[in-house]
Amino acid sequence: MTYKREGRKNDEPRKIIAKAGVIPRADGSGYFKIGNTEAYAAVYGPRNLFPKFKQDPKKGILRCNYNMMPFSGMGNRVRPGANRRSKEISMVTEKALAPVLDLGDYPNSVVDVFIELPQTDAGSRCAGICAASIALADAGLTMKDLVCSIAIGSINDTLLVDLDYDEEAYEGSVADIPLAVIPRTGELTLLQMDGVVDKDNLFKAFELGKKAIKIIYEVQKNALKDKYKQEASIKTGKAEDKSSAVKKEESDESKTASKEGQK
Amino acid sequence: MSELLTKDKDIVVPGEILAVGMDFLPSYGTYREGDRIIANKLGLVRIDGKVVKLISLSGRYNPKRGDTIIGNVIDLAISGWRIDTNSAYSAMLSIKDASSEYIARGADLTQYYDIGDLVVAKIVNVTSQKLVDLTMRGPGLRKLDGGRVVNVNTNKVPRVIGKAGSMVTMIKRATGCNIVVGQNGIVWVQGEPEMEICAVDAIKMIEKDSHINGLTNRIKAYLEKTTGKKIDTVEVSSQ
Amino acid sequence: MNKDLRLNLIKAFEKGLRYDGRKLDQFREISVETGVIKTAEGSARVKIGETEVIVGIKTEVSKPYPDAPDKGTIMVGAELYPLSSPDFDPGPPSIESIELARVIDRGIRESHALDFKKLCIEKGEQSWIICIDICPINNNGNLFDAASLGAIAALKNARFPEFDGTNIDYKKLTDVPFPLSREPIEVTVLKIGKFLIVDPLPEEEASADARLTVATTEDGKLCAMQKGGDSPLAVEDIKTMVELAMDKTKELRSFLGGN
Repeated sequence: MTYKREGRKNDEPRKIIAKAGVIPRADGSGYFKIGNTEAYAAVYGPRNLFPKFKQDPKKGILRCNYNMMPFSGMGNRVRPGANRRSKEISMVTEKALAPVLDLGDYPNSVVDVFIELPQTDAGSRCAGICAASIALADAGLTMKDLVCSIAIGSINDTLLVDLDYDEEAYEGSVADIPLAVIPRTGELTLLQMDGVVDKDNLFKAFELGKKAIKIIYEVQKNALKDKYKQEASIKTGKAEDKSSAVKKEESDESKTASKEGQK
Repeated sequence: MSELLTKDKDIVVPGEILAVGMDFLPSYGTYREGDRIIANKLGLVRIDGKVVKLISLSGRYNPKRGDTIIGNVIDLAISGWRIDTNSAYSAMLSIKDASSEYIARGADLTQYYDIGDLVVAKIVNVTSQKLVDLTMRGPGLRKLDGGRVVNVNTNKVPRVIGKAGSMVTMIKRATGCNIVVGQNGIVWVQGEPEMEICAVDAIKMIEKDSHINGLTNRIKAYLEKTTGKKIDTVEVSSQ
Repeated sequence: MNKDLRLNLIKAFEKGLRYDGRKLDQFREISVETGVIKTAEGSARVKIGETEVIVGIKTEVSKPYPDAPDKGTIMVGAELYPLSSPDFDPGPPSIESIELARVIDRGIRESHALDFKKLCIEKGEQSWIICIDICPINNNGNLFDAASLGAIAALKNARFPEFDGTNIDYKKLTDVPFPLSREPIEVTVLKIGKFLIVDPLPEEEASADARLTVATTEDGKLCAMQKGGDSPLAVEDIKTMVELAMDKTKELRSFLGGN
């Protein structure tokens, strides 16, 4: 029995909105919303790292912290504080972002990334990584590329991009494969899987995710550019010109999404 | 065949391909991969002949030799003071560099600089491990009394200072405030309360709008409107 | 911290000015947006200047406390996320976050804003627990007042989920609002030198001698207070601070719409 998705195509992610610079007190920040999953990320640093034994004299270290707000789950209140799940996600988030980041100029220091999720509807670690990638770039750090992250699901052997909670809870054979990709090279920096998938389908899943990764990259890029363009055009009236220009190109999915991100 | 994929003053993000071909040379904020030049920071593109580079728009201060900074005394050591530099690294100001007068070993260091004091100091050395040494011997290097501090994006400091100090001079004259701009993004302002507010607002405007044309004129108009005094245009060199 | 900061703040206060050009008793721009979290039974986003707080509400059903078998209850949580300020550290809740949660809790509990008896489903067996969680996004001063305003806005926004006697269906909210009969709002007044200010910036919070948070209901009754800071307060000071807080409460209340 094959699964038929309603409302969007199998390779289509949910609606995406992204912003940069949403937390003024942070050194860099990002916001990423995909469907009803929403993530804030703040970067603080490079800053002094304590305790001292954690310092690396060769380079700065990246430290990520993923947390769900107590009211962000679909069911019961989420108990505050770290748990095994959030600790593991924090760790894989670190590993997903570190390969693009060069902290060689900052020995003995730390770059802290704090990710908070106000509401979730599956795909929260991926949204967190996307928001964190925007925040790291906004913080002016040396990075060889951004990182884009999306989960590919499989329901009764039908591959689907970006499952929502209802799809994840489908009564049948469901698998979920969260990925993070360096967009320019296509290399993977996060790969997890739960559920059962054929070997062939795994590689098909990577292919299927390419379109979504491209959309995410465009939205992230536009969010960052818009922040700095906006800063530049606050009093020149150029902001209005730009938004009307974007309206004309509404057929382009990614541009529409980032335009909405500005509202 | 070499090709430029971006233009001067474009805003680019990490990973964007800026140019293809071996005729262009990668400089600050970019790297070469095969025949391509790629951005490794968020920044403003500057194309200078064959050289492609970026100007950073964000990021914390990283101590550099020769910079004049404003630091905060955070601790006393046997042979000097520990100074916060508004970066990942604190700096050392040793007794021998602290003052033009002779400070005897074992003297009460708080007589000179106490914890919580602000100082204008110059970075004389930064090691590979980011051990930073400061000096207070030199023109303009001193302890700052009173006043308030405002943090600005360290990448915007050159714009706050302006060409040959023109911008900060204009704000000083218009508001009557004493102003010291540290390369580390700390700006110290001291004057009448309402004029301090006016000066800080002008500095915040520069920080926000630094990369658009006509900045000097807009700041001038703002200062004239707020202080109700005309600024002599001859003094203000255009950018 | 620059040790001249406090003196310089006072110098400006003498001219009736704050660092951002405000008057001493003036709030920054305020906005309140409700229903911002789809996974919560009620929610609000409050911005006071650059300070931004999200308050969300979840409900649970559990056995009432033995000493109050006919009552439900509330639980207020607050965490000072290191995401929202360079001054907040990761780790277990700090004493500051516990104080924030308890002060908000008292304002709601002691004003009897929520009728706890109406939260009882079956005496001695089942009652609602209302969980109010305060989550700062950006802390640029005055989290107390932002959190208090957000908590009431979220309570007004909230609806009970469907409950069949055994399970809660969080996906289906009823149109039954919470039994909210009063709307206590807190305003915090700071004393710096001899001056009293409201809606402090982080620099002002760091320089404050004392702080008084006052919760007031719409009929002008005080329902909770908390003194903070290291210096004592004279009775005359407290009188002025309470009056200032009560006066400002009216202003904040205007940002709470209908249900």
